[in-house]
Amino acid sequence: MASPDFDRVFGALADHTRRDIVRRAIDGREGVAELAGHYPMSFAAVQKHVAILERAGLVTKQRIGRRKVVRTNLHGLHAARRLLDRYEDLWRDRIDRMTDFITNTKETET
Amino acid sequence: MTVTAVKKDPSALTMTLDAEFDAPPERVWQLWADPRQLERWWGPPTYPATFTKHDLAPGSRVEYHMTGPEGDQPKGYWDVLEIDPPHRLVFRDGFANDDGTPNDDLPRNEVRMTIEGISEGKTRMSIESIFPNTQAMEQILAMGMEEGLTEAVGQIDAILAEQRVA
Repeated sequence: MASPDFDRVFGALADHTRRDIVRRAIDGREGVAELAGHYPMSFAAVQKHVAILERAGLVTKQRIGRRKVVRTNLHGLHAARRLLDRYEDLWRDRIDRMTDFITNTKETET
Repeated sequence: MTVTAVKKDPSALTMTLDAEFDAPPERVWQLWADPRQLERWWGPPTYPATFTKHDLAPGSRVEYHMTGPEGDQPKGYWDVLEIDPPHRLVFRDGFANDDGTPNDDLPRNEVRMTIEGISEGKTRMSIESIFPNTQAMEQILAMGMEEGLTEAVGQIDAILAEQRVA
């Protein structure tokens, strides 16, 4: 289970499994099959989660000898976090302006 | 406080934000459907937006530019994907070249906006902003929207290290 610290770093994650995969893959020691062993779901389902993370640039698959391990891309993960923060600010500002505009037009109507 | 909830999911590159307004859904919809109203809030006061083409229909392209304090005019566009007045608007927001054509080198993000009435004269608007990949995000960051990435990566390493010990 993720601790509150982890929650704080990555914010509210919609998908627990993907968050957990990102956490486990920090060490980059396990392949998809080993990762799948941690979850009560099919290998295919875990593989799908890994593929989503890989496409997003949040994990990469690396060859170590004959094995292929999944490794978290900390740089990408952090960029994601920062950009989402930036977009939160952007939209909060926009919503403030929307609210002001609605309020002002209401006053002129009455 | 009109923003009632924010959810950020870095593993899905998605930010969701809910806001409530003391206005009926149709009024909130006008903020998007009327370009002159849209211009009042899309850009910050230092970079007000001007919408030069605004036809909200699936497959159509909305065009706008912002005007900066130095007179610089960065251009942008939306590709409208879905529309259901006054409840839903989905579009891809991207950067455009000086001649108005989409700049495919720069990242786009998909915005899914929904509006629903929650009680008499009260409306909830939800914004979901989705990015294609972290590379796109890094690119936006590199464009000066955010600094201190390297330093921050050091911080995250430290926090993750604590996490593993715990």
